Amino acid sequence: MRRVELKDGADLDGFRRALRGLVALGVGPDEVVWSVGAAPSLFGDAAPLPADAPPVSLPRPVGALIESVVCHRDPERYALLHRLVRRVLRGERDMLDHHADPLVHRLALLDKAVRRDLHKMHAFLRFHEVRDPDGAEHYLAWFEPDHFIVEATAPFFVERFESLVWTILTPVGSLQWDRRSLTVGPAALRPEGLDRDDRFAEGWQRYYESTFNPARVNPTAMRAEMPRKYWANLPEAAAIPAMIRSAPARVQAMIEAEAAAPRHRTPDKAVAAMARQEPATLAELNRIILAADPLVPGATQAVLGEGPAGAAIAIVGEQPGDQEDMEGRPFVGPAGQLLTRALEEAGIERDAVYLTNAVKHFKFVARGKRRLHQSPTAGEVKHYRWWLMKELSFVRPRLVVTLGATAALALTGRSVPVLRERGPMDFGDWNGFVTVHPSHLLRLPAGKGAEQAYRDFVADLRQARGMAKRTG
Amino acid sequence: MGRTSAVDDALLDKLEILADAAKYDASCASSGAKRRTGGPDGIGSTTGAGICHAYTPDGRCVSLLKILLTNYCLFDCAYCINRRSSNVRRARFSVDEVVRLTLGFYKRNCIEGLFLSSGIIRSPDYTMEQLMLVARTLRRDHGFAGYIHLKTIPEASPWLIEQAGLWADRLSINLELASDRSLKEFAPEKDGTAIKAVMGQVGERIIEAKEEKRRFSPAGQSTQMIVGADASTDLSVLETSDTLYRRYGLRRVYYSAFSPIPEASSALPAKPPPLQRENRLYQADWLLRYYGFTVKEIAAGGEGGMLDLGIDPKLAWALKNRERFPVDVNSADREMLLRVPGLGARAVDRIVEARRHTTLRLEDVARLSSGLKRARAFLIAADHHPGGLTDRADLRQRLVAPPKQLSLF
Repeated sequence: MRRVELKDGADLDGFRRALRGLVALGVGPDEVVWSVGAAPSLFGDAAPLPADAPPVSLPRPVGALIESVVCHRDPERYALLHRLVRRVLRGERDMLDHHADPLVHRLALLDKAVRRDLHKMHAFLRFHEVRDPDGAEHYLAWFEPDHFIVEATAPFFVERFESLVWTILTPVGSLQWDRRSLTVGPAALRPEGLDRDDRFAEGWQRYYESTFNPARVNPTAMRAEMPRKYWANLPEAAAIPAMIRSAPARVQAMIEAEAAAPRHRTPDKAVAAMARQEPATLAELNRIILAADPLVPGATQAVLGEGPAGAAIAIVGEQPGDQEDMEGRPFVGPAGQLLTRALEEAGIERDAVYLTNAVKHFKFVARGKRRLHQSPTAGEVKHYRWWLMKELSFVRPRLVVTLGATAALALTGRSVPVLRERGPMDFGDWNGFVTVHPSHLLRLPAGKGAEQAYRDFVADLRQARGMAKRTG
Repeated sequence: MGRTSAVDDALLDKLEILADAAKYDASCASSGAKRRTGGPDGIGSTTGAGICHAYTPDGRCVSLLKILLTNYCLFDCAYCINRRSSNVRRARFSVDEVVRLTLGFYKRNCIEGLFLSSGIIRSPDYTMEQLMLVARTLRRDHGFAGYIHLKTIPEASPWLIEQAGLWADRLSINLELASDRSLKEFAPEKDGTAIKAVMGQVGERIIEAKEEKRRFSPAGQSTQMIVGADASTDLSVLETSDTLYRRYGLRRVYYSAFSPIPEASSALPAKPPPLQRENRLYQADWLLRYYGFTVKEIAAGGEGGMLDLGIDPKLAWALKNRERFPVDVNSADREMLLRVPGLGARAVDRIVEARRHTTLRLEDVARLSSGLKRARAFLIAADHHPGGLTDRADLRQRLVAPPKQLSLF
């Protein structure tokens, strides 16, 4: 018989070291007595195992199971794990899938108990606000876990409360977090007067009592999930007996009370409120747009449409660009300047046209100091569509000209191959006209093709001008 | 912000009123959100699985701070304690107060986040905007990474609901009653078509955002139906749910057995329905979503469109379809194993996995499933055949424990 001594608690490192040594020496589970803590064993020698034995390679699920099971209080845990490892190394590499195997089943129960304990500690631990000597916020908790799980809960609490300073005390160990590093400490005693002077703690108890519906009292279900052993450390649980006792009487009172006579039941006010809420003017709509959050974070501000209400032509572009975003005005960047020139050549006065975009915010990726334009997705275009439609309904143009595919998508709800379908198009509520976006012209390599494309664009605008006149 | 000045008596009084007013909403789930942490400057995390931080003596869990922004309401829905003709005490939180309470309770590890609903004040748009502002303040100004569930106001303008989806983990729109007719009768200002239009809108945005890798209500949408306030049968309730799951991609439908409320309206039935009805509907809902049952099959287990209150719907179906049993655990396909009473989806998965390694005996099955007592009449294992048990006339009595009075302590 060989005796292996491990530290009290969840001694994962010690177990790992011992396991390597035992495997290297070929010592089987029946030849080992696992001894935990300082208690001397009556059996076997504690002859040191080789310190430099090579690591044992185990399937990942087995490693995870070991990490969990060593946290259990069961004194047999190390022996059971040793048996598991032995069988895995002897060829049963998938044995954890064999859930009906007695050893696998037994270990699964230990694992489940540990995971349940972890979950309950995550759930039922309560922090209390205390003050450090320097007056800084400090959160302190006392909890009594069933198993040796304190260290295993640390990642959860660090992740959740990274920006707070906190201490967790338990009878089997403690944790301390100072916003930068974690200190694992020894077992502790229950601190005195934890929730003294904490109005939130008082508020929580009142919340807990108020959220209970006496007509559904079911203490069995409650105890199945929150056994009595946890109540002592849950301040709100003090109220439970009285809540249960008074429930039947409260329900009886509700049933016996006569139905309240309905007072002023006319729905006029509610109906009127619903009718009133739609924006009634372009200015009101614009206030809503300005107050809204961009769908894609980053934009400086919403860029509103510009131009006279009642304009014969409304021109809809894609979205504001870098310069538009900075200035808060549509079509002021390079593409906007090109549009202005083309409008002039087509005989359209820019100031007489209503200019807007399908999407009201600049979408970009930051590349160093540069902000690179990104096309809006179909979903984003849809998101902004209500505003665009509402906007057009206030402007009431005779013709809506869309520049590029995004604007055409916004007005038609489908993807339009712009170069193939450019020209007049029915937009449902509006007479429409589809053409390219001036930024498309800017991207063409200089040369004959680019000149021709620009001339086509001007021709489109001229045709649109004619249409707007005719329908007027 | 000083410790004592942060919360005063007036705020705690409001909390009591507005928690009480919110307790009839069945949902308190905080699951389904992507993993997320607040980091060194923010606060909180979501783990993907929800955490119930306490249970009240009604057996329901407390996972979120579930409150109303206000219980003033323009509407007059008969089943609702906050309807405008009710005489309850009224209160209203400011946006800042809800934010403060949420952070205060969160830091004490009492909650996973916030479930915020509201009566309708001024206008649906105004109310929706206030709800959205709470979520935005928590996320943007405080780096809050906990769970946020907003109850949308279906009558609010579409763009406000879109804004809410940017900040919330889950949006819900309560259908409340299974049929449009009941809705007309009990909730005169509500419009069933509008509710479904919002569900459609939210459902569409969720799908788009997923495809385009944007954030929009990432934990999906849910709804609630009140059971027993109107004459709807279980069949019609389940048919409605089935449609909601399939057409709008809802994550959950909650069933809330109508329970007596103070200040009840005379339009309501005098007696509450048995709470067991709600439980059976949840079981049926589960069969619908995870066990491959159709609404028709489930309903056929009961009588006249109502589920059997005495036994769970899967057992009810099996007892009426005994010719399909017994099923051999060592050879049956997964679909059929899922229909065995007492075997849950997890147990079935483990059976399928384990039988690749061994031929299962009854004691093996006992280690894989905790429901063997009910399952054995319907199962064949290597060392077990139920013989005539499956067809015995008194099988139901043998499987159902006689009802006993529940102790209150």
